[in-house]
Amino acid sequence: MKYAIFVVLALLLAAIAVANPFILEPAGFLAFVKRAAPLVILAAGQYFVIVSGEFDLSVGSLVTVEVVVAARLIDGNEAATWPVLALLIALGLLVGLVNGVVTALLRVPSFITTLGMMLILSGAVFLWTGGAPRGALSQSFRVFGRDTLWAVLITLAVGAAAVLLTRATYGRTLIATGDNERAAALSGVRVARARILAFVISGLAAAIAGIMLGGFAGVSAQVGQGLEFSAITAVVLGGVALGGGRGSVVAAMGGALTLEAMFTLLNLYGISGALEYTVQGVIIVAAVAAGAVQLPRLFITPRKGDAHAS
Amino acid sequence: MSTIDVSLEVAVLSMRRIGKSFLGVRVLSDVDLDAQAGEVHAVVGENGAGKSTLMKILAGVHAPDSGTISIAGSPVTFRHPLDAQRAGVAIIYQELTLLPERSVAENVFLGREPLRRGLVDRAAMERETSRLLLELGESSFGARDLVGRLSVAQQQVVEIVKALSVDARIIVMDEPTASLAEHEVELLYDLVRRLRERGVAILYISHRMREIFDLSQQVTVLKDGVRVATRATAEVTQGELVSLMVGRELSHYYPPRAGPEETGEVLLSIRGCGNAKLRDIDLELRAGEITGVAGLQGSGRTELAKAVFGAEPFTHGEMTPLRPRSVREAIAAGIGLVTEDRKAEGLALRQSVGDNALLVARAVRRGAAARVRELLDRVRLAPPDPDREVRYLSGGNQQKVVLAKWMTVSPKVLIFDEPTRGVDVGAKAAIHELVRELAREGMAVLMISSELPELIGMSDRILVLREGRLVGELPAGSSEEAIMHLAAAEEAA
Repeated sequence: MKYAIFVVLALLLAAIAVANPFILEPAGFLAFVKRAAPLVILAAGQYFVIVSGEFDLSVGSLVTVEVVVAARLIDGNEAATWPVLALLIALGLLVGLVNGVVTALLRVPSFITTLGMMLILSGAVFLWTGGAPRGALSQSFRVFGRDTLWAVLITLAVGAAAVLLTRATYGRTLIATGDNERAAALSGVRVARARILAFVISGLAAAIAGIMLGGFAGVSAQVGQGLEFSAITAVVLGGVALGGGRGSVVAAMGGALTLEAMFTLLNLYGISGALEYTVQGVIIVAAVAAGAVQLPRLFITPRKGDAHAS
Repeated sequence: MSTIDVSLEVAVLSMRRIGKSFLGVRVLSDVDLDAQAGEVHAVVGENGAGKSTLMKILAGVHAPDSGTISIAGSPVTFRHPLDAQRAGVAIIYQELTLLPERSVAENVFLGREPLRRGLVDRAAMERETSRLLLELGESSFGARDLVGRLSVAQQQVVEIVKALSVDARIIVMDEPTASLAEHEVELLYDLVRRLRERGVAILYISHRMREIFDLSQQVTVLKDGVRVATRATAEVTQGELVSLMVGRELSHYYPPRAGPEETGEVLLSIRGCGNAKLRDIDLELRAGEITGVAGLQGSGRTELAKAVFGAEPFTHGEMTPLRPRSVREAIAAGIGLVTEDRKAEGLALRQSVGDNALLVARAVRRGAAARVRELLDRVRLAPPDPDREVRYLSGGNQQKVVLAKWMTVSPKVLIFDEPTRGVDVGAKAAIHELVRELAREGMAVLMISSELPELIGMSDRILVLREGRLVGELPAGSSEEAIMHLAAAEEAA
């Protein structure tokens, strides 16, 4: 049940294979994984934020910023690749830190914090580029997103790290915080710190996804557009409860693969790419509604204490 | 609105042989209760005596299993709270139910706003509200003021105006002074007198002896769901009343108390500590000893637990080994708290038994993962399965998981706030055994409970809290009467 999403994924892949059997060959499947890699990584990062009971809407803009900044700073110069990579990672961590601190310490709802961050970053990119990004990425930068082996290895590494983190002390306390913040705090969990770290992880994931997308999709001011919603849809599709406390990161990443498979299938049958947003919208609402149907049961459980409360 | 003929002869309300069970547990049997116009009828009893259930039946929240209710002589059946409201019954709950961002008039007419040409007629609402405020002699605020800016006492007046605006003839006040400051209580007294003059019948639920004797003409005592007595207040003494409320056999076996040789060194000492809710707290907790704390609702029981645990810390005074300013400091100093509200504050319900049991250990980075199974056996969790989600466990088993959670870090001092609330009888005995076992192994236990039999059965000594102060200490095995006298008595009594 926890991993039901992989059954859906298998069915979708089978449906794709009917029209295009190439996907069942190793090369075809790996190409699919490469295409899905940025979304899988974003979903892994988004998982930590969602399971703690928050949202991160800023990751799409952050991806765009990463790519645009990389192109301008590298500007075709191979020697600049590694310092810029380090800078991009630092930028992702910093944006996450700001999101986390504003949400956890200033108690601004994360929906607002990260929506604000999304607008700030979008505006900043526009201001800096004047609408048309300049510069070019280096070959050694583009290899991460373009080369199948690199992309698959990075995805596997991020996935493994995410799984280890959810099983570690940090992950367990974060999930408990998302489930019942008060109980966690009264058990000595540093609730604010755990949440801030979740946003930092999401920022880091966005930086990595941005680096890969730059190589894969090239430089444009639209490269990250809508990715925050795709990432949230993927996580929800993986059965992770909005509101926190429930769901696995493996299923969240499975949700990303499933969403990518859905897009592929739509493409294959010649349905307009514009429908992608519609599909995501239906998935988010349907998944949350399905989750909400079970909620009332919690409230009607008879509480033995009630009869005696005075 | 018509004024009601003040006649002391007619019983406005007459409840006869009311019975009610929940899940097979009998909560009320054959309870009779009458109320006269212009009279205050106090309803008293310990926690669990059935007062709230009886009032909820009157309010139409619960349907009685047996018995009849008559209002002004004619039998009524309430299927819904609205039925009761239409019949003239209003309840002022302890937790006020007003909207803070709306005006007094808007609150009074919430859900039944007068209309004029399809729009809400604010002027009419405010006029009627002002008239009722005037009749109650309330001039400290007006119909247009925002409810959120009013004091709790003023908000109670708004609740009462709301009741009067629907022609309530029977008003139930559930612990109305629990959240009032001293000077506000006087205002409430005035209000009650004016309601009496209007011919309203008032059912007044309270633990506080002074209020009962100041305000009521009749008093009914409930105990374990049975009406023990109804008396004219003038003909009964405080002592008699307390004896009627308590004085029952201990209903189950408690583990033997600590012998003098088992009580060891002082592990926690509090000198002159206080905060907004507590004053002059002096307390010493010794290894091996269970110190019980008794107190009425609103006396600061839970506040004391949270202060010692650093969750709502003391702001002044001395505490050794340290006065914690945060939960983490308290845990580091070896203090743990088993909270009163297990579901809201004790457990992450959708996580597994194992994750919950390890929560504290993980939060403070003290490893105990290898010992989880051993701990679950130790607290007698049945079955000791670390992978189940705790929300599927019974109340008793959930409480055992909370205990396991603290045992992972071996605290020196463990505070229990209502250790067996919502726990079935079998698990209760098991938890009592465990608490005693922990004490015997050298832990200092502070046990807060509103269940007097439990407090008496478990404690090696009993402290009594009243209005945020520790007002006395009683030896092991003291009677319920002795505790209630200390807890309920006012300075004057």
